[in-house]
Amino acid sequence: MNKTLLILKQEYLKRVKKKSFIILTLLVPFLFAGVFALVIFLSINNDKKERTIAVFDESTLFLNELGEEGMTKYKFIPKEEYEQMKGNLKGSEFYALLYIPQDIYTNNMAQLISEKQVPFELNEQIERKLSRYIENDKRQKIIDETGIPDLEKRLSNTKTSIRLSTLKVSVTGETQKSSSAIAFIASYAMGIIIYFFVFMYGATVMRSVMEEKKSRIIEVIISSVKPYELMAGKIIGTALVGLTQVAIWIVLGIVVLAGVQSFFSPESAQQMGQSIMENQSQMSPAMAQAAETNKVMEVMEMIGNLNLPLIIFAFIFYFLIGYLLYSSLLGAVGAAVDNDEDAQQMVFPVTMPLILSIMVLFPIARNPEGPVAFWFSIIPLTSPVAMMARIPYGIPTWELLLSMFLLVITTVGAIAAAAKIYRIGLLMYGKKVNLKELFKWLRYKY
Amino acid sequence: MEIFSARNVNKVFADTKALTDVSISVNKQSIFGLLGPNGAGKTTLIRIINQITAPDSGEVLLEGRKMTRADIEHIGYLPEERGLYKKMKIGDQAIYLAQLKGMSRHDAVKSLKKWFEKFEIMSWWNKNIEELSKGMQQKVQFITTIVHQPKLLIFDEPFSGFDPINTNLLKQEILQLRDNGATIIFSTHNMESVEELCDHIALINKSVKIVDGQTNEIRERYKSNIFEVKYKGSFNEVDKVLNNQFKILNHIENNRLNQITIEYLHGKSNNDLIQALIPVSEIISFEEQIPSMNDVFIRAVEESNKNRKNE
Repeated sequence: MNKTLLILKQEYLKRVKKKSFIILTLLVPFLFAGVFALVIFLSINNDKKERTIAVFDESTLFLNELGEEGMTKYKFIPKEEYEQMKGNLKGSEFYALLYIPQDIYTNNMAQLISEKQVPFELNEQIERKLSRYIENDKRQKIIDETGIPDLEKRLSNTKTSIRLSTLKVSVTGETQKSSSAIAFIASYAMGIIIYFFVFMYGATVMRSVMEEKKSRIIEVIISSVKPYELMAGKIIGTALVGLTQVAIWIVLGIVVLAGVQSFFSPESAQQMGQSIMENQSQMSPAMAQAAETNKVMEVMEMIGNLNLPLIIFAFIFYFLIGYLLYSSLLGAVGAAVDNDEDAQQMVFPVTMPLILSIMVLFPIARNPEGPVAFWFSIIPLTSPVAMMARIPYGIPTWELLLSMFLLVITTVGAIAAAAKIYRIGLLMYGKKVNLKELFKWLRYKY
Repeated sequence: MEIFSARNVNKVFADTKALTDVSISVNKQSIFGLLGPNGAGKTTLIRIINQITAPDSGEVLLEGRKMTRADIEHIGYLPEERGLYKKMKIGDQAIYLAQLKGMSRHDAVKSLKKWFEKFEIMSWWNKNIEELSKGMQQKVQFITTIVHQPKLLIFDEPFSGFDPINTNLLKQEILQLRDNGATIIFSTHNMESVEELCDHIALINKSVKIVDGQTNEIRERYKSNIFEVKYKGSFNEVDKVLNNQFKILNHIENNRLNQITIEYLHGKSNNDLIQALIPVSEIISFEEQIPSMNDVFIRAVEESNKNRKNE
């Protein structure tokens, strides 16, 4: 046991001290945080540039009045100035020229002349302003003609917009805000994370075994420790490297999330609400109010409403057991082969179920109750990835227990078989091995 | 006094016999040569001693007790195919390997430094193994084999990769280790070094032990009544008088000193030879030829192969 500990420590420190590990571990969360922050930043500070737009209003409908919106100002100019400026926009103080023709009322057309490509939002803003002005004007005319009192108010009350908010009923009858989009993302992400971890760290164990075999130090090592002590030290040491990485990511993730939260609330939540409100200022009051809710906070809340304890527990379980299963198999492969080509040939059949499960990840995340999802999450070699993809949606307890049970049983069997292959393979050189040969080894006594 | 023994060890791999009823006994503070052609089963026996493999039947004993896994801390093993971690500092891996043999980190560092000083390789401590030549790597490997002061040392072809100067250095070290109390099992194809170092040998051929005994005694046993005589006189006359009683294998004529190699035919003694020679020549020297280990090896293996065929 002492020696397993020694090997474990050696393997752990060797990997954790590696530059590539440190860089990857620190970089990934910042990369994620960076992307996340960028998206939010862009959605809040979308357009901060001050612009003044010159308006030549041939229709005289707008009465020198287009108001100010955000950072955009409108200034009405007479025809001569417009003609003069039309060809010479660059030198002027104006960002763009808006030409409102005589027949805008019937033709619904106007023109925006600018030097640079006009931002989509500005384009939209002007369209909205012009449309609404004419719309109101038309409506006012009808109201005046018919003379029905309060028509204006009654008409605007007819405006309806249905928003679907999904609630999930838990066993206790509580309803919680949930979002199928969040569950989908979580489901997909979980599956991929498990896949990468199992694959990456399983392959690490295999390479580590191969390195010892190829450098021929293996005979010295196993004359000091038992092969299974060596294997156990390697597998556990590498698992701890993985868990260290996850732990660092969780801590950094919490720090980043807390940072995001404090940065965007409460002041920034208001700011964000305002910007949403501005865009929708002409909508019905009810809608505007709904939009006021901080989107960021809402997402956070919905993440919080996933069954986090279950997800974390299942993640650790499936990561560890899945990793144990595949790393012992890959460790045996590493021991059986003595060159990279053979290793590649052997790795493929062994990791096939894992690759298959990542291929069906999308169908599973889309239809977590379907037969594909069911079978893949029950069959042991695919269940680490497939089950993780189902869990964010909620899962019947018996299915989860069955899947876990089968996985554990399979893993115990796989470790026993792998240990045997490992022991025989370590000192076997120059022999081309294939799966058939490995099955033969299982019957050897050594 | 016996420190290690293997008793009636059998081992079969899939379809080949690796060891058939092999027994050896190694005395304390001796150097025991384990010899045999390639594929004879030496490595299997060594691996059984190291507890890397288990015998199908039979047992191995250290100091009279059946060997257990714990005993491998008292063994130092230098395998024939050896290597070190490529991407690890030499000092670090030496410490690691010593710790795997049960040394504390503190003791390992202290002892390793002493050995590194002795071999004048202290400057390599922080280098990677890749920066060293093969011979240099062997030195490091040798130190890692003996650093934990094992009672029993097993060297499989220890001199491969060494230049003559370092081979000599290593031989001195091995003899010194023995004198300091270690027992050494030594496997090699280099018969010269066997003559030089081994107190006792066992020869294994095709899974069976065919020769076992003190090195000197075995050479005696394999001597075949061949003598080398130096004399002054004419070869023709010598040839004439020896003709019926002795078989002349070889002769070298030199104007001052002639030399013949002869084999005694049945029932002839030294006195018969001297009596025959005195009338025709002046005998300068007269010496029985002890076969080299090389001759013993070849003869023993060939005989054993012939016997097997006949069976």
